[in-house]
Parts: sequence; structure tokens; C-alpha cells
Amino acid sequence: MAAQRQHLGYEDEKLQRVMERLPCRDVQASMLLALMGEPEQCSYPSIFIYGHRATGKSHVIHTLLKELELPYATVSCVECVSVGLLFEQVLLSLFGSDSASLLSRSPSLSDFVRVYKQLCVQASAKQTRYIVLDRAELLRDMETNLLPAFLRLQELVDDNVTVILLSEIVWDKFRPNTGCFEPLLLHFPDYSKGELQQILSEDSHPSYSPELYSAFINILLGVFYSVCRDLRELRHLAALHFSKFIEPLEQGKVKESDTHKLWRNIEPHLKKAMQTVYLREVSSVQWEQQLQMEEKEAGAVRGLSAHAHVELPYYSKFLLIAAYLASYNPARTDKRFFLKHHGKIKKTNFLKKHEKTSNHLLGPKPFPLDRLLAIFYSVVDSRVAPTASVFCQISSLVTLQLLNQVGHDDQLDAPKYKCAVSLDFILAISRTVSFDMVKYLYDFL
Amino acid sequence: MSKRKVKETHMPVGECISQVQMILRERFCHQRLPEKPVGMESQHKHLLELLRRTAVHGESNSVLIVGPRGSGKTMLLNCVLRELLEVKDVNKNVLPVHLNGLLQTDDRIALKEITRQLNLENVVGDKVFGSFAENLAFLLEALKKGDRSSSRPVLFILDEFDLFAHHKNQTLLYNLLDVSQSAQAPVAVIGLTCRLDVLELLEKRVKSRFSHRQIHLLSSLSFIQYLDNVRSQLSLPQDFPDTKFYDEWNDGIKMLCEDQPVVDVLQRHYNSSKDFRSLHLLLMLALSRVSASKPAIKPTDLLEASRVCMVDSKANILHGLSILELCLIIAMKHLNDIYEGEPFNFQMVHNEFKKFLQRKSHSIHNFDKPVVIKAFEHLQQLELIKSMDSSTAKIQKEYQLMKLLLDHSQIMEALQKYPQCPTDVKQWAMSAFG
Repeated sequence: MAAQRQHLGYEDEKLQRVMERLPCRDVQASMLLALMGEPEQCSYPSIFIYGHRATGKSHVIHTLLKELELPYATVSCVECVSVGLLFEQVLLSLFGSDSASLLSRSPSLSDFVRVYKQLCVQASAKQTRYIVLDRAELLRDMETNLLPAFLRLQELVDDNVTVILLSEIVWDKFRPNTGCFEPLLLHFPDYSKGELQQILSEDSHPSYSPELYSAFINILLGVFYSVCRDLRELRHLAALHFSKFIEPLEQGKVKESDTHKLWRNIEPHLKKAMQTVYLREVSSVQWEQQLQMEEKEAGAVRGLSAHAHVELPYYSKFLLIAAYLASYNPARTDKRFFLKHHGKIKKTNFLKKHEKTSNHLLGPKPFPLDRLLAIFYSVVDSRVAPTASVFCQISSLVTLQLLNQVGHDDQLDAPKYKCAVSLDFILAISRTVSFDMVKYLYDFL
Repeated sequence: MSKRKVKETHMPVGECISQVQMILRERFCHQRLPEKPVGMESQHKHLLELLRRTAVHGESNSVLIVGPRGSGKTMLLNCVLRELLEVKDVNKNVLPVHLNGLLQTDDRIALKEITRQLNLENVVGDKVFGSFAENLAFLLEALKKGDRSSSRPVLFILDEFDLFAHHKNQTLLYNLLDVSQSAQAPVAVIGLTCRLDVLELLEKRVKSRFSHRQIHLLSSLSFIQYLDNVRSQLSLPQDFPDTKFYDEWNDGIKMLCEDQPVVDVLQRHYNSSKDFRSLHLLLMLALSRVSASKPAIKPTDLLEASRVCMVDSKANILHGLSILELCLIIAMKHLNDIYEGEPFNFQMVHNEFKKFLQRKSHSIHNFDKPVVIKAFEHLQQLELIKSMDSSTAKIQKEYQLMKLLLDHSQIMEALQKYPQCPTDVKQWAMSAFG
């Protein structure tokens, strides 16, 4: 490997330093280096790098380009809400600060290429220029000609330039329907469990031995690995939970060598953390505060989702209940549920077995306003006049996103709605007005 | 080659390699023009004759060069232009105007670009002045004033011609072709496109002004020619400074092209596509593995390069999923099998997954619903599943209808390759009924 790198035109120690900063990415980095070649040589017009989140795509590229001191521009496509911003950033980092002023106010691709060519003539580079586009999947949503043009930018501006696209999504989803210049595809594979262990073990706590930290990482991976392989997430979790892990050591209860006891101490704690911190139910700061208070159990603080309770007016509650019933019950069962004297309905006919519980799987069905009001009058005990305030409450439930209006063709005449709340939410609501919800739901008969 | 008069020189291997890289990289990446276009002699002759008539005799013409991507349209045109400009009078006389459908996205921009490239008098420095209407009137005026004998011929080269046909009213195309039909300044309109149905895109009035001359570049390359091509693409040119290295390299390439595994690999690439771009990609990957310590392309390099080219990217992505995400994909596969490709929502997938857990009763895979939702959303982010309806904000995320964008064999193959896949998950995937 070392011999291979010798004649690439870079200093040895620089390469050494680069490789040290890229653990477990030797193969990918040296392949990229080989593709880039010597700085003066031509490079491939466009390279597309894909791989999962946090597999070191941008890290490898940036380390290589920065340490080897190559001219490069790096642009995150998330930031570029307009193409003008994108062009400006590219020109700024490739040609210095006064270059972007050459662009007009809302530049087109044609302007960009013209300015680029013009600047190229003034400062013709001896080295390959690199344009790195991070989160390249967003390029697809911009103008249609942008992606094909960037892929063949080398040909368009007639300069030794390479465009590197980084994305999580595979190339097949990018290809425009009339085709384009095919980039060189490179895959960054995910880190295996061993590699994750190795990388995570590197940032060990200074006052404890690396072996102890490594053992901790091992336990952490044992809990979280089947759910999460994201290095950043795991690193965040490791940093958060290490203080809990070493707690028994600090109190002097156990020795460092006693890993089994340490494991017994931390494992339930980590399992709980999966439900709270991993899902961002409780913020990391809250979690740490909670640890310091100690007497409180982890998870005792109510997370974000536990705050689902909403205080509503009396009629709004019934309107919502009626909407839920209308959404999840088939219309043919209304007669049986809500009419006092509904005549004879055959039990066997009424309960079609194969349909059971299917509504809570398939989701809410749309219903017309009339049906909502009919059910509403039937479930509310008192006499309610259809005043403006009732209708007002329906439309304000829509703005609160507890109801959804379906189909925008009719605003006034017979609008249709869907109920957009979960079963737990509606059960809580019906409890406050002492209404037996389950009795009226077809799915739970 | 040994008869060359050059003094025999020897360079160290490192320098030779860097020379080789320099030459071959320019060939593969920068699309350097070859001496003579290979395999398209008649088209070359046709186009050259046509353009010479415009350049020398002042005849107006229009032509379309049609061929799939990577078939050498630009290369052919550039070869012809190079040859044309070598003629003494033509060089000073002809004005080429290059337009690209990707860059000049509407007629206004295209018109400014034309005025700029023609250096007309409303251009100051690099800026063009005047509105669209003024520009158009000015340009047409300038073109109309000319005649066959006195004015300089203009070559309009429209790359990505089909994109120009999407402009509003096709004003630019209409005017250019109109000039080429009437006795005004001599122009040649050359369109390059990869769409075979490009004439259907043109409006009737535009179509009637087009000369309907088409040059098709449909590759008729046989595999033997393809192999020859590989050899010539990888060989070093005659004027390589180090003769000894030159001989060694070219002999090595000849040996390489006769090696059976290499021929098999090339046959496979030939079967998938005949265009030069994909060949260049393959050779570039092989070339990047050459270094001073390994100064020749070995068969293994080419095999490895082909492996990189041919890899299924979705399988790569599947390999990196967590166990939970894989379980969800298997559940979706079962839903697809049972309901014959009907779309599903998260609730159904979760239900299917819970059924599996109940049967196996392994508490290891027992995750909370929010954790499962997070995994589901990750799959959506990777575009392995796609939402069926566009208005995503309207429906709760559990009930959004989804479609799986993987097929059966991809899933099964990914499962086989998955590192440390639990046996019960594997069995669940194999079993026909969820």
C-alpha cells in the first residue's frame, strides 16, 4: 500500500497523516486517491459516492482535499435554496472573493459557465479542481438541467474539473429520463460491528483506561446495534451514558476489572434510554439533569409524546368523537349504533368476521359533513342547536389538524373530512366527557 | 516502431507511469479527439461534405446527428470541424456558434449567447445589451443583410437539440431554420440529439423548414472490433519518449486482450452496452490501479474494475441496514406476496412484524412502536419505499400508503449476504406465509 502511494505526486508524510485520520476507510481513500491521480493529470468528470448516513463520505473527501491542499469547493445542497447561491459558493471558493460579483443577479447556468470559463482563462490552474456537492439528492428537485450539466461540467467549461456528488440514495433514482453522462459510482460500505467498536473506542475518557471504555462500548453496541448503525448517533449515546457507567466505580462499589457488575448496572439503564433519548423524547440536557438528581427513576420525566393531552371545549370534544366514529365505523353500521329503534338487524349479517379490526389497520375513511352532524347529535345528550359556533368549531378542528379536509373541490357544499387523531388520544378525550367509546367502535365488538 | 529516429531514452519507471497516466487519462476522461473517427467513415464523409459546401460555397444547410448517448456525436462533429478549419480560406471565414440545450434553457439566453459569440456590435466587453425583441430583430437584420457570396458563413451547433424544441413557440429554431431556407446569409444548423423521435417534437412550420437530413450514429460494432478498440484505447502512442517502456506496455496490452477471463469480462460489457463512455469508465477504473510498483495492467485489474462497475447498488444499501429495518422489509415482502402488490401502510407492516414476534416469542426483537416508526422512516428516506400519494402532510404517518421498491430476488439475495443474520429472521423470510 505504501509503495503504491509513492508516486502520486504527494509528499509521503502528508499521505501518512491523511491515512491516520481516516480509520477503517483505507480501501476507499486509496481508491479515491488513485482515481484522482496526480494533481496535474486529468480526472474523471464526475464521481458519485453513495453509502449510508455516517459512513464517512464527506469526512474522507474533505480530509483528502484539505490535507493534500487541492483547490476545491464544497457546497451543501440543503443550503442552496436557489441555484444562484450554489454558483456563487462554487466560484467563491475556487476563484477567490471577487469572482462572484461577475455573476448577474439571478444567474442562469449559462452565466455560470461563461463566468467560470472567463475566470479559468485568467487563472488557469495547474491542478484538478474539485466541486463537492453534499446531499446531492436535492439537486434532483432543482432545475431539471442542473444535474446533467454538473455531470458533464468538465466538457462544458473545458477545464480540468471533477464534480463529486455525495448521497445516501442510489444512483438509479437520479438518472433523468433522457439519460445523462454516467458518473463513476463508488460505494462506501457500512462499518461492521468490529469497525464501529474500533472507531468508538478511540475517544476514550482521559481518567479511565482505554480497556474500560472499550468494554463500555461493547455493552452499548450490544443493546443498540440491532436498531441503529449510525456512527454519530452511537457516539452521542456513548458520550451521554458513560457517566452512568462509571458511577459505581466512583462510589467505590466495584473495581474496574469487575465488568459483569458494571454490565448489570448499566444494561437496564440503556434499555430505557432507547425509548427516550434515542427517539428524542427527552432531550439530552434533561437526561443529564435527571441523572444528577438520582432519586428520580430514568424515564420518569414525561417525554414529548406524553404531552399529547389537549384541552378542548365540550362540543369540540363530541365533534371529534363523532368524527372518529364516522371515520372508523362503516356507514352501514350507523343504524345499529346510533338509532334507538333500529328494527331487526341480523347479528350474523352485522358482524362480518373477515372485516374485523381491519379499519384500524387501513386508517381513517372520509365521511361527509352530514354524517358527522348526525352522529354528533346522536352522541350528545343535550339538545344542540346547529349554530354558527358548531360549524366554526369544525373548521377550527381542521386548522388544529385534528381533522383533515379531503378533496378541495368543495369548500362550502358538502365537504368531506377525515379524522386524524390516534385511538389513545380519542379514548382520553372520551374519558373526560364520560363517554364509552369502545362500545361504539365496530372494530372492538 | 523501432525505425524511429528518436534517440533511445530511458526514464525511471515512476516517470514513465506518470506519463502513461497522463496520456491515457486525457484519452478516457477528457475525451481527446482521435486521429480519425473509427467505424463511422460514411457519416464522416457526409457531414464533412455538407459543411464544406456551407463554408466554401455559401450554401445553407440543416442537419441532425442522431445517436444514443456515448455513440460519438460530439466527437464526429469536432473531428469534422477540425478538418474543415484546416482548409486555408475556411479558417478565417467561418464563424462557429456553439449552443447547448442544457445551458441555454430559453431563447432569450440563447440569443444573448449567439450575439456574444458572433461579436456583434451591441456587445460591450462580455455583456450584451438590449431586450429580447431588440436582440432578435438585430440578429435577423444582420443575417438578412448578408447574401451568399459576400458574407461569412455561420455554423450553428445545437447540442442537446431536443431541449431546444421545448422552448416557447420554438422561436429560435424557427428563425434559424427560416434563415437557412431563404437566400440570406449562409448558415448551417447542426443539431445533436439522442432522441430518435426528435422530429415529432418540432412544430409543423419548423419541421417544414428543416431539410430532413439526418445522420444516424447507430453503433454497428462487432465484438472483434470492440476488442480492437479496447487494445487501441489502452495502447501508447508512437511518440512516447521511452521506447523500451513503450514496447513493454503495448505488448502487455496485447497479451491482456487475449487473456480468456478478460475477454469474457469484455464480452459481458459488450453485451450490456456498446457505447464508448461505459468502456472508458471500465478502462479508467483499471488504469487507476496501475502504479510505479505495478507498472502494467494485469487481468485481475480489469476483473476488479468490472466488479466495481457491475455491482448492484441497491444490494449495497440493503447490506448496511440494521436488523430491525431488514425485518420490516421482510414484512413488506410478505404483505406484497399476500395482497399481490397492493400498497400497504405502517400499521399493516407493524402488525405483520408483531405476528412474527408472537410466533417466535423472542424478546430480543421486541421493540417499541416509536423505534419501529423511526426505522420505517429511515427506509423511506433511503427511497427503498415510496409514498403513494403526494400530499404527505395530510394523513397520519402510520396510515400513509406505501409501495416497496425492491423485488423478491433482491431481498433474498441481500438476506443471504447479510452479516450475522439471525436464523429465525432468515426462516421467516423463506416461509411462504408471513
